[in-house]
Amino acid sequence: MKRHLISAADLTRDDAVLILDTAEEMARVADRPIKKLPTLRGRTICNLFFEDSTRTRISFEAAEKRLSADVINFAAKGSSVSKGESLKDTAQTLEAMGVDAVVIRHGASGAPYRLANSGWIDAPVINAGDGTHQHPTQALLDAFTMRRRLVGRDAGLGKDLAGRRITIVGDILHSRVARSNVDLLHTLGAEVTLVAPPTLVPVGVETWPCEVSYSLDEVLPKSDAVMMLRVQRERMNAAFFPTEREYSRRYGLDAARMARMPEHAVVMHPGPMVRGMEITAEVADSDRCTVVEQVANGVSVRMAVLYLLLGGSEPAVTAPSRTEETK
Amino acid sequence: MDAQALNAGAVESGPMRPVLEAQDIARVLTRIAHEIVERAKGADDVVLLGIPTRGVFLARRLAAKLAEITGTKIPVGSLDITMYRDDLRMKPARAIGRTEIPGDDIDGRLVVLVDDVLFSGRTIRAALDALGDLGRPRAVQLAVLVDRGHRELPIRADYVGKNLPTSLREIVKVQLQEEDGRDAVLLGQRTDAEAGQ
Repeated sequence: MKRHLISAADLTRDDAVLILDTAEEMARVADRPIKKLPTLRGRTICNLFFEDSTRTRISFEAAEKRLSADVINFAAKGSSVSKGESLKDTAQTLEAMGVDAVVIRHGASGAPYRLANSGWIDAPVINAGDGTHQHPTQALLDAFTMRRRLVGRDAGLGKDLAGRRITIVGDILHSRVARSNVDLLHTLGAEVTLVAPPTLVPVGVETWPCEVSYSLDEVLPKSDAVMMLRVQRERMNAAFFPTEREYSRRYGLDAARMARMPEHAVVMHPGPMVRGMEITAEVADSDRCTVVEQVANGVSVRMAVLYLLLGGSEPAVTAPSRTEETK
Repeated sequence: MDAQALNAGAVESGPMRPVLEAQDIARVLTRIAHEIVERAKGADDVVLLGIPTRGVFLARRLAAKLAEITGTKIPVGSLDITMYRDDLRMKPARAIGRTEIPGDDIDGRLVVLVDDVLFSGRTIRAALDALGDLGRPRAVQLAVLVDRGHRELPIRADYVGKNLPTSLREIVKVQLQEEDGRDAVLLGQRTDAEAGQ
């Protein structure tokens, strides 16, 4: 595994499976009366959030605290960033304070890459979402949820998602979740189909390792999992589609459409959901919808990533066996 | 230690001499099972927890022998201690093993930890920490196949298959049918490079 987690595309199949397997063990910790491990005791992790995100920040914070790390939360609002401090200055401040890892969310695509590769800071950098680029831990938690539901909890250990058909529906153009998922799911052997209005499909999508379709109804019957993306009203300033109603009618998931999916297929959503827009309340509240599970799995997956990047003197390599002389 | 050596596991150097063969291992496990029954006065509340990897196989074998002796089924599980190690920062991050607690919990039970080799005692310290987070056993005992000495912590086994006085220049390797295709305890010399680590 690399020293940083910037993009889902950086992960090899073995890395990804190791993270999912580790997350499965971390999930067991959540079922115990004492949901805490001493693993990262004495390590300081800074959650550096230049963009608002309650869900991702809380998820990382929970994961860090369950591993006993010391957590510093940094929100750009009201900080010296709003007074004009640069990313470089912020990074050097953290370096001087001896931070052991940085979790960064930034509105600009590439900010985590810059932080990791500039030499401003020596600590591992974990991308918690940058612009429209990547959100690797989201992709990992989605893959984890799919593996649990489609392959099995214990039966899934060591396995990838070979041959599973995943459909991602909605605003692909602005979605780092879609980009990260396409990369990771392809690495894990799944076949991905993107479904969106032509205006919300990015230029150059033909080079991505996936199919593109404009008809949700055609793709549904052969999907093992359907991931609905949020239609981000704040990004809908240009005329991407005529009306919300029309979008909802063509690309929204309602009970009638869900009925066309195979029986085992699940509905996923990275949250927050806009009920009545991309997904109806009926679908969102059904047993087949994994939204709440995805949130719980997010903590396990982030624990796994933090452990594998920070738990040793260097990131995890291919599973070493416990040696005799360490007993 | 460099990553390469770690990946290769305990590096062998030169010929390894067997100190216990398959029938010896079977015999000492039978003896340990009898000792457990004797000390626990039956084995009614005993839970066996093996420490991965080979401790788990030994725990299962012990459970089978205990079942033969007592006529009751003895719960057996595994306790991974990776995340409780005190040397995590000194080596690359390791893959995590399996923790499986049989039954509801370990509260009020007699937990017998099972491992293959007892050496510095740090693994057992980590196991005791891990147990503390899982519940409150009535008592905790330790069964090991081989005690090779060189303790770095005040820890002692309750049941020992074989006391094996060794020098730090030697390496002890346990092989079990389930993992290695044969049962044996081997003793060999480490090279200077390994001894320096």
